[in-house]
Amino acid sequence: MPTGTAVSAPARTTRGGGAGPADVRRRGTSAQRRNYLGGLAGWAWLAIIIIPIYWIVITSFKSQSVYFSTNPLALPAEPTLENYQMVIEADFVRYFANSVTVTVGATLPAVLISFMAAFAIVRGGTGRFLRLANGVFLMGLAIPLQATIIPVYLIIIRLHLYDSLLALILPSIAFAIPLTVLILANFIRDVPNELFESMRLDGASEWGTMWRLAFPLTRPALVTVTVYQALQVWNAFLLPLVLTQSPELRVLPLALWTFQGEYSVNIPAVLASVVLTTLPILVLYVLGRRQLLSGLSAGFSK
Amino acid sequence: MRTAVGTRRGSLGWLVVPALLFFTAFGIVPLVGVLALSFTTWDGIGAIMPAGLANWSSVLTDPGLPHALWVTFLVMTLSWLVQTPLSILIGVFVAGGQRYRAVLAVLYFLPLLLSSAAIAIAYKALLDPNFGLGAGLGLPFLVQNWLGEPALALGVVVFVVSWQFVPFHSLIYQGGVRQIPVSLYEAARIDGAGRVRQFFSITLPQLKYTIITSSTLMVVGSLTFFDLIFVLTAGGPSDATRVLALDMYLRGFRGNLMGPASVIAVILVLVGLALALALRRLGGTDPNASQLEGA
Repeated sequence: MPTGTAVSAPARTTRGGGAGPADVRRRGTSAQRRNYLGGLAGWAWLAIIIIPIYWIVITSFKSQSVYFSTNPLALPAEPTLENYQMVIEADFVRYFANSVTVTVGATLPAVLISFMAAFAIVRGGTGRFLRLANGVFLMGLAIPLQATIIPVYLIIIRLHLYDSLLALILPSIAFAIPLTVLILANFIRDVPNELFESMRLDGASEWGTMWRLAFPLTRPALVTVTVYQALQVWNAFLLPLVLTQSPELRVLPLALWTFQGEYSVNIPAVLASVVLTTLPILVLYVLGRRQLLSGLSAGFSK
Repeated sequence: MRTAVGTRRGSLGWLVVPALLFFTAFGIVPLVGVLALSFTTWDGIGAIMPAGLANWSSVLTDPGLPHALWVTFLVMTLSWLVQTPLSILIGVFVAGGQRYRAVLAVLYFLPLLLSSAAIAIAYKALLDPNFGLGAGLGLPFLVQNWLGEPALALGVVVFVVSWQFVPFHSLIYQGGVRQIPVSLYEAARIDGAGRVRQFFSITLPQLKYTIITSSTLMVVGSLTFFDLIFVLTAGGPSDATRVLALDMYLRGFRGNLMGPASVIAVILVLVGLALALALRRLGGTDPNASQLEGA
């Protein structure tokens, strides 16, 4: 409960997440003099972020002998794809497919049922049952869910799901629920009450109102939480480590770790595996950057 | 009329059932289960036998526990101290509208995309004393046994954690800064307040609840730095980075002692709840606090 209110606490004075371009411009004009010191610090931070990433990417295109004999920050004179070939031959296509299955299978149901729950909590929040449910979700925010991994392992064994992709999907759905409900509830609360009233006067059921009014109006928030939770599931490590064991069921982070264990001396190949597993996310980031960043920024500071 | 609305609203209850069922099955039941398992003996495969208070007394007298608590505390505090000022400054920086800042922001957030496993693997390679970046550049100060010396390894963990999570928290602060009414700054400028003065008199106080939110996520989140540390150092050298979550995993899934591991898990949950409560108390009550409060 405590974190819940903390997460939801910050000012609810602006509506719909004040991260629009209008706000940007307004604050922009308030910077009367050029802020050289701030600019300098900004570039310094960029270096800290970018140099490791730059090194990872360029090294992944070098052969091992070139890597050892040349300046590690110099661009490769003869870029090679042999490291990538090696990674793909290590069955990474299968691991990629596993990751996609688990991510899609966990994220979409999680967001849908969380949306339904958030709608019910906002629209019918005075009922005792709904308040209890809300309290349970808020408490979930304050609990480090990894701490429940041992009983989760036990439950998965008892359900005869150990070492299957479903074993990863089911707990991932559950772990995504508290935060998703909280963020979506904050956005549904922003839908003007008159719209709900007019739907009701038109004789629409709550079910219809939910899908035809609340769903489209919270679409930006839905996209944001979907992408955020997908990222969480895609990058998860502990659940696959504990709940699967067969090599053919590995998801990407686990495959990365095993690959690194086998080829730790071959730094370019290890880094190629890092780049390759991040590539799909990077593509999504390039496509949906604005949506994700402004959505996260608004969602958490609401 | 009132009853009509009442029944209508009451009928919404079932919409919450799927989410509640899922979260109960894999969130609440395990939470109760972990407490129950802490009073049993189980090797992870065979039968579960009652063990009374044996696990608790053995874990609570084990010198490994205060050590793991201390390491967890160190990682939590140091990473909070590093991340919070940086995230606030970067959040304020990117909330400004200048175009070059928008471009920088896109690059700042890149670490958000990498998994902890990927980051740990990349840094492990980068910091390798023989094959890493420092050796290749011939820079002696970069050629350290980064992950082999206890103090250095802890520092590396804090650095890598900050590298990974500052982007996320600066995003939260960016959102917080953009919600500060512009009129406050205009008034301050008319009163002749400079940039630094504006930052300390307006921005920071206005960000109070954002700071609480971000700190709560940071502090509770730091209890779960499992994957990063597991891949980067596996708790070493000589347990120097063996935080609670890692201690739980190693006892349970490597040592096959699920009972003692469950004791650690219960402690982890209690620490998390206590910290969240304490931070909540620290923040006082938000005048704008939502309807969520009443629940």
